[in-house]
Amino acid sequence: MTMVMTTTITTITTMLEYDFMRNAFIAAGVAAVVSGLVGYFLVLRGQTFAGHALGHIGFAGATGAVLIGVASLWGLVTFTVAAGIVMGLMGDRLSGRDVAIGVVLALALGFGLLFLHYYTAFATQATALLFGNVLAVDGAMIATLIGLGIITLAALAAIMRPLIFASLQPELAEAKGVPLRFISTAFLAIVALAVSESAQIVGILLVFSLMVGPPAAAQRLVTGLWSGMGLSAALALAEAWLGLAIAYYTDWPVSFCIATLSALGYFATRGRWLARRTPVAAAGERP
Amino acid sequence: MNVIELDHATLAIGGRKILVDTSFAIKSGEFIGVLGPNGAGKTTLMRAVLGLLAPSAGRLSVFGRAPRSGDPDIGYLPQVRTVLPDMRVRGRDFIASCMHGERWGVPWLSRVDHKMIAETLAAAGARDLADRPLSDMSGGERQRLLLAQALLGEPRLLLLDEPLISLDYHYQEAVIDLVRRFARNRNITVLFSAHELNQLIGALDRVLYLGNGHAALGTVEEVVTAPVLSRLYRTEIEVVRADGHIFVLSRGRDVERADHLHDHGHDHDHHDHHHHA
Repeated sequence: MTMVMTTTITTITTMLEYDFMRNAFIAAGVAAVVSGLVGYFLVLRGQTFAGHALGHIGFAGATGAVLIGVASLWGLVTFTVAAGIVMGLMGDRLSGRDVAIGVVLALALGFGLLFLHYYTAFATQATALLFGNVLAVDGAMIATLIGLGIITLAALAAIMRPLIFASLQPELAEAKGVPLRFISTAFLAIVALAVSESAQIVGILLVFSLMVGPPAAAQRLVTGLWSGMGLSAALALAEAWLGLAIAYYTDWPVSFCIATLSALGYFATRGRWLARRTPVAAAGERP
Repeated sequence: MNVIELDHATLAIGGRKILVDTSFAIKSGEFIGVLGPNGAGKTTLMRAVLGLLAPSAGRLSVFGRAPRSGDPDIGYLPQVRTVLPDMRVRGRDFIASCMHGERWGVPWLSRVDHKMIAETLAAAGARDLADRPLSDMSGGERQRLLLAQALLGEPRLLLLDEPLISLDYHYQEAVIDLVRRFARNRNITVLFSAHELNQLIGALDRVLYLGNGHAALGTVEEVVTAPVLSRLYRTEIEVVRADGHIFVLSRGRDVERADHLHDHGHDHDHHDHHHHA
């Protein structure tokens, strides 16, 4: 037992001896906590598709930025935040909007491809943007991610109370004077920032892994708001770090490991929930 | 003191006049049953009282002043209640969200707030819902929770928009009884909209019938008469009193029941059978 533990500790220490691994752990940790917290509200509001769309739109921004010689993160932030605000202002004509989002995000991916076409280091850049490249994160990027993370969480904290009210009961919130349109627009801008963070770790195509998987699992497990937020952030952090460790020892891509853990976590809670629900349904009536 | 006062007020939505040149006054502590055909303006009137819709002509005052949006003195149960089918949030947190929900910042609640939530849940007979997620509740259970929420925060005026929809018959009785007792004890004015008059007869002080752009406020004897209702329904109405019940008939058909079935026949939540257990 003691030997196993010593071995484990030794291997973790070895892993953390590398600068790039330490950086990866810090960056993934920051992005995971931000994504887990913001994602909790995304899932609560049933807006996960919007999160997905923002990632795709960000792709065009990121590749466009690279093309004009700006860091891809800033292109990502600019495009996703702008898109989030536009989506929020477009309001809640949901059925029509979903089609519009689908068309716009396909267009955005197309533009991303066009920008990449004119950029020479095509393949590396595309893979990094689409699937993340957390092992290449440096100190400057960590500082940026922490700064962005603080801004994101501060903005979320500022609107959290009316956001919860508007998410749970829009009709009553409106009656009590909550500016619904402003709240939903501000929230999508916050989601855009979280997507930008998350995309640095797992890539644009896999933002669901950090922003939707953990909060959805957390909401299956607990029903309190605070406990749900806490568990969501904790699950995202655990999946990100465990994914990094698995990737280190197996040499599989980090994003694959995180995506797999996220899916496993989600389906494990669903299975548990279904198992608990079945006998109740079978029994028919509840007291 | 008049809690709600309309003085030649006209309420219109997008140019369509719902209530025209209407005047009436509701006194403090009154339990008012709000009735009338669909689209007669029951919800519109409540939204105007909440300050969400300004009269296009005339004057509307609430507590002697112009209605203001977000008035903490008003408890409200909206008729349209969006509940995401998969909302995994427990009842306690759901209703806590409306405590100072319009303020900015992080939703910390004080010990007093928590105590008030617990007391209101108990008073509304919804204590068993505090720790259950909304996604597992039946339509009737959600309704009970929403009623508890409307009572939260010591309101002086309650606007309950169709609180009986999707409730089993014995729960409907329980809701009416609960609101009446709660309101009496605290001298709360109640506007209670419903499709059927008979259930409310024992509880209400006066009835407000809306229809055809007009309103009639008075006791059941004054308002629920063939001439008054014929004008509001814009059709020949017959009022039959039998055995303490009142039937409002149009060409032999019970208009309220027909309205009710037409409107909400399919809405009943399939979980509702749980209540019979």
